[in-house]
Amino acid sequence: MRPDTVVPSAVPAVEPITPPATPPHDETVPHTHPEPGVDPHPPLARAGRALRVGIGGPVGSGKTALVAALCRAFADELRLGVVTNDIYTTEDADFLRRAGVLDPARIRAVETGCCPHTAIRDDIGANLDAVDELAEAVGPLDLVLVESGGDNLTATFSRGLVDRQIFVVDVAGGDKVPRKGGPGVTAADLLVINKTDLAPMVGADLAVMDRDARARRGDLPTLFLSIVGDPTATRVADWIRHELAHHAALHPLAVPVGPT
Amino acid sequence: MATPSLLLLLADGRFPAGAHAHSGGLEAAVAAGRVTDLATLEAFLAGRLATAGLVGAAFAAAAHRAAVPETVGRADALARLDAELDARTAAPALRAVSRRQGRALLRAGRAIWPDAAFADLPATPTGAHQPLVLGLLCAAAGLSRLETATIAAYGTLTGAASAGVRLLGLDPYRVQALLVGLADACDGTAADAARAADDPPERLPAAAAPLADIHAEIHATWEVRLFAS
Amino acid sequence: MRAFARLVARADGRGGTALVELRGETPLLLRQTPADGGVATVHIVGGAAGPLAGDDLRLEIEVGPGAAVRVRSVAASIALPGRPGAVSRVAVRAVVHAGATLHWLPEQLVAAAGCAHLAESRIDLAAGASLRWRDELICGRYGEVPGGAVVHTQVDYAGRPLLRQSLAVGPQAPGWAGPAVLGGAPATGSLLVVDPSRPTAPPTAEGSVARLPLAGGPATLWTATAPDAHTLRAHLTV
Ligand SMILES: Nc1nc2c(ncn2[C@@H]2O[C@H](COP(=O)(O)OP(=O)(O)OP(=O)(O)O)[C@@H](O)[C@H]2O)c(=O)[nH]1
Ligand SMILES: [Mg+2]
Repeated sequence: MRPDTVVPSAVPAVEPITPPATPPHDETVPHTHPEPGVDPHPPLARAGRALRVGIGGPVGSGKTALVAALCRAFADELRLGVVTNDIYTTEDADFLRRAGVLDPARIRAVETGCCPHTAIRDDIGANLDAVDELAEAVGPLDLVLVESGGDNLTATFSRGLVDRQIFVVDVAGGDKVPRKGGPGVTAADLLVINKTDLAPMVGADLAVMDRDARARRGDLPTLFLSIVGDPTATRVADWIRHELAHHAALHPLAVPVGPT
Repeated sequence: MATPSLLLLLADGRFPAGAHAHSGGLEAAVAAGRVTDLATLEAFLAGRLATAGLVGAAFAAAAHRAAVPETVGRADALARLDAELDARTAAPALRAVSRRQGRALLRAGRAIWPDAAFADLPATPTGAHQPLVLGLLCAAAGLSRLETATIAAYGTLTGAASAGVRLLGLDPYRVQALLVGLADACDGTAADAARAADDPPERLPAAAAPLADIHAEIHATWEVRLFAS
Repeated sequence: MRAFARLVARADGRGGTALVELRGETPLLLRQTPADGGVATVHIVGGAAGPLAGDDLRLEIEVGPGAAVRVRSVAASIALPGRPGAVSRVAVRAVVHAGATLHWLPEQLVAAAGCAHLAESRIDLAAGASLRWRDELICGRYGEVPGGAVVHTQVDYAGRPLLRQSLAVGPQAPGWAGPAVLGGAPATGSLLVVDPSRPTAPPTAEGSVARLPLAGGPATLWTATAPDAHTLRAHLTV
């Protein structure tokens, strides 16, 4: 089974499918992969600028819950910032501030004027301003999570704004969502199928979702998740660590740190 | 040399300068029950054009004038315009919006015309006022002063008009027809603004709109809103 | 009709204010009235109806260092039509020196049907000067559509622009009664308070009144619209 694709064991057994050989990034660039069972938090190499990860997906799929989970996961590990894009004012940012998972100074909200997809795709200035303001306010960062406003299946992030994007759908939307496709499902660097704990209640077949996701996404990874059952979203955090290592290799610090 | 295409490009609402997030005061006017249909939207747009539209266009034209290569003391001229525009923007919420939009436009401008005179803008931490940035941007694109004023005046109409379509569910064809009806007024405002740019900064238009100030401050306090302004 | 009036106030050295110059012409007559706590008080006594289109009235005020003056008027002024094509004009020019105070609190200006009026105020405040400046405009007598009126205010503080605003109403001002400008309110006005001795309060707005701290100095502008002159006065009394 691909290290990036994990189907929770509580789920009806799915026949593992052998992954195709090419991973979604350039293995010629030296970096490390977190090994299962090995200390998942070795100090990561620092990059010249923060890795920016977009978190998109339909309304209510669990984007903010995932951001909160990642804040918990990286609390003592990374210099983290969060930018939220709300349809209505600053609700998600306010939720994160209240949740106490991150210093409020590290959270910025962007208002999107009825068009959350425009702010992350066509006209990214306000989000870039927010990323800049975070760095001005709290100093250099390792990772910035940019949550999009809940939208439909077509919203994706501009490459001018984020380096990697995660698309979050949930099982409560029905097991047809991966089959429906759309740029988020087919092209996101990581597809997260959230709320697997609800699958029995809504009659969603995770095996069907897994099969359809593979059919849509080719080599790109998919993770099943229940934030209720895994409040630090362990597998998603591991995927980000992996991308961070890759990013650090691509964007080395301009000035070497530490004793020479 | 300017081309009609560059004029259209800079006037296009899809130019990535953050306009989509702003309603030009319309959201608050709708919430106050003052704009409810096409007729009240038209009155709103006419008033906005004659006030914020005229002032913004005149300052864009004046910044364009300051950007002309022969101008000496360009930074001083822009600092003066910045202070004069502050004095015409009584509502802190509107000053903040103008500077935020200036910052967004500057980001686009720097990426597209890296050689433009942007370094002469006053180093205000929250950004330079949007009309000043627009004037420099249009000068860098080779547009005329009148074209610059036209883009500014037109922008004050289209942002609020498209917010009207989104907020009130108005028939988009009829809203466009309404904009067609305002085209002469928009051109006239731009011509007045371009002419005014020859006057000393303290004499530039200062058309006030009490409700624009009041609405902006009320809007800024809302917990839930669709637009940033 | 043309008229010129001039008021010059100086600190009298005993904590009070002396009016060293006080002159006017009909219809712009100035009368000193009993002082109020060391503040010299002057009333503008309208010597005739108007202003009428064609009138040109000018008033100069200078308040010397440490002096304090309050200017009021005995009645509202009503801008009326006059010669066809002519404009009535009232220009006030005020200079307030450091440590001096000027309160300009006249009665309302009413823009009557058919008027063509320009009210122009230009105020120069030295650093450390204090000001209270109230302008109230009533658009038309009861139930009447106003003629054209422009109220233009230009204030500098310590050589920097503090406030520039030009409110235009009437048939020549597109959208003036609409939801972007006055929203159909017949009364509107503002009160500018410049007080270097106190920090400015943050902005607030409710209904049709807002308190707006300005960018160019220790100043706050109250701005309001109202259904009538009485309500407007209540909004602009702080
Ligand atoms: N049962 C269950 N509920 C979840 C899970 N993850 C999130 N939720 C709940 O789903 C609801 C929506 O989650 P959010 O994180 O606010 O979703 P969102 O995608 O950020 O929503 P918008 O920003 O409004 O688009 C909340 O009530 C969460 O507590 C999960 O794994 N299982
Ligand atoms: Mg959310």
